[in-house]
Amino acid sequence: MTVKLTALSALGSLVWGTLLAAMRVSPVPLMRGFGTFYVNTVRNIPLTVIIVFTSLGLADIFGVTMGASDDFKVQGFRLALLGLVAYHAAFVCEAVRSGINTVPVGQAEAARAIGLSFSQVLRIVILPQAFRAVIAPLANVLIALTKNTTVAAAIGVAEAAALMKTMIENEAQTVAIGAVFALGFVVLTLPTGLLLGWLGKRLAVKR
Amino acid sequence: MTSVLYDAPGPRAKQRNVLLSVVFFVLLALFLWWIWQTMDDKGQLKWSLWQPFTTSDAWTTYLLPGLGDTLKAAGLAMVIALPLGAFFGIARMSDHRWVRVPAGVVVEFFRSIPVLLLMLFANEFYVRSTSVGSEERPLYAVITGLVLYNASVLAEIVRAGILSLPKGQTEAAYAIGLRKGQTMTSILLPQSVTVMLPAIVSQLVVIVKDTALGGVMLGFTELLNARSTLAANYANVVASFIVVGIIFILLNLALTTFASWLERRLRRSKKSTGATVALEDATGLNPAQVGGSFGTGAGGSI
Repeated sequence: MTVKLTALSALGSLVWGTLLAAMRVSPVPLMRGFGTFYVNTVRNIPLTVIIVFTSLGLADIFGVTMGASDDFKVQGFRLALLGLVAYHAAFVCEAVRSGINTVPVGQAEAARAIGLSFSQVLRIVILPQAFRAVIAPLANVLIALTKNTTVAAAIGVAEAAALMKTMIENEAQTVAIGAVFALGFVVLTLPTGLLLGWLGKRLAVKR
Repeated sequence: MTSVLYDAPGPRAKQRNVLLSVVFFVLLALFLWWIWQTMDDKGQLKWSLWQPFTTSDAWTTYLLPGLGDTLKAAGLAMVIALPLGAFFGIARMSDHRWVRVPAGVVVEFFRSIPVLLLMLFANEFYVRSTSVGSEERPLYAVITGLVLYNASVLAEIVRAGILSLPKGQTEAAYAIGLRKGQTMTSILLPQSVTVMLPAIVSQLVVIVKDTALGGVMLGFTELLNARSTLAANYANVVASFIVVGIIFILLNLALTTFASWLERRLRRSKKSTGATVALEDATGLNPAQVGGSFGTGAGGSI
């Protein structure tokens, strides 16, 4: 459950975050404003508040059930996914934007000189270089995301934290169970960090 | 402000930008209108739901004590985690392998475990192995979880801060005959504290946000938990979420602004080396650091 939630929300927040980053550097002032506002707002709200709100607010009051109104488990999973994507997109956006800033000015100028439009400059020249520069920061977002899926326990999604909570309350070997779950996360996050760090170094644009 | 990413708009580009602005504005307005409409449909805009927040009762009974507990837990966690973090950070740079390796293992281990697991575990530990009363237990568990996690993050910040100093500082200190401990306490630490301050303040944002976990999972009476009592009393779930959200945003924006102000100020001052722990240096333990490469040094994660 943890892995599934992580993978899906990583994908979602990558897409949404990149879109936000594109908005933040776009020539249209209103889009820039919206991107900035979104990032500053979402970044400063605890993820817990967002996740609990998706359940108590969105689902219970507004009836947003994500197409699974009868299956409480599926609904919780999708709501948690929505919350995780909304929250981490803000961080992905900041990472991508910092990547865009690392691309030398000459690249953008050369691209404009050969007559590319803004979306072409961004798509063909800037973003491919930017992404290679931000693999390591994105890996950190991904690791944080893996750990943050535990927050979904707050709305009853049966991922690692929720399982551990029930287990240590019912079984006697608190320490053993805690250690197993802790190790599980170490196993999930450490290789991700190492692998993506290595990949980031390998793919970095040599300048 | 012109950007290198696009040319200064000519007449056609201006037209296109205006068109895009209008389209985007309409979409945004539609979206907002849809939200407003849905809220209206579900009766969430009724004044009786929002009115409680204009009375002092809602604030003094629920929100302010909740906010107080949030700040108490965050503050205590920071105060305890800071020396611990400094200790582990310095231990990780020790010349002796038997000090360096265990410290590294501890730091890496606690950094890769979700705070929530640490809190749950601490809670259960207090239930079984200590006589901490059930009144204070959530507070203890929240602080323990936060301290364990943030001490390891702070350890990395401290390490990055000290490593950011020019090597000449250490060499000069050895040259005038200081011992390793003296070099650390009288040369390296004082200089790196100013370098690390912005990153430490940003970490405070993360701690404040993490206290909310304790409210939901452990029944710690912080802001988010106070919200649910309040909502149960006035039956205004959505309104209370929005108010609590705004409180968190204001609190964290204040911290973020303070951090970037500190960073700008330190960068300007001639006494320091001018370096601050850049987000990448601290090995981006968290996205807070990613946001920081813009000089805001803040944002927070987790």
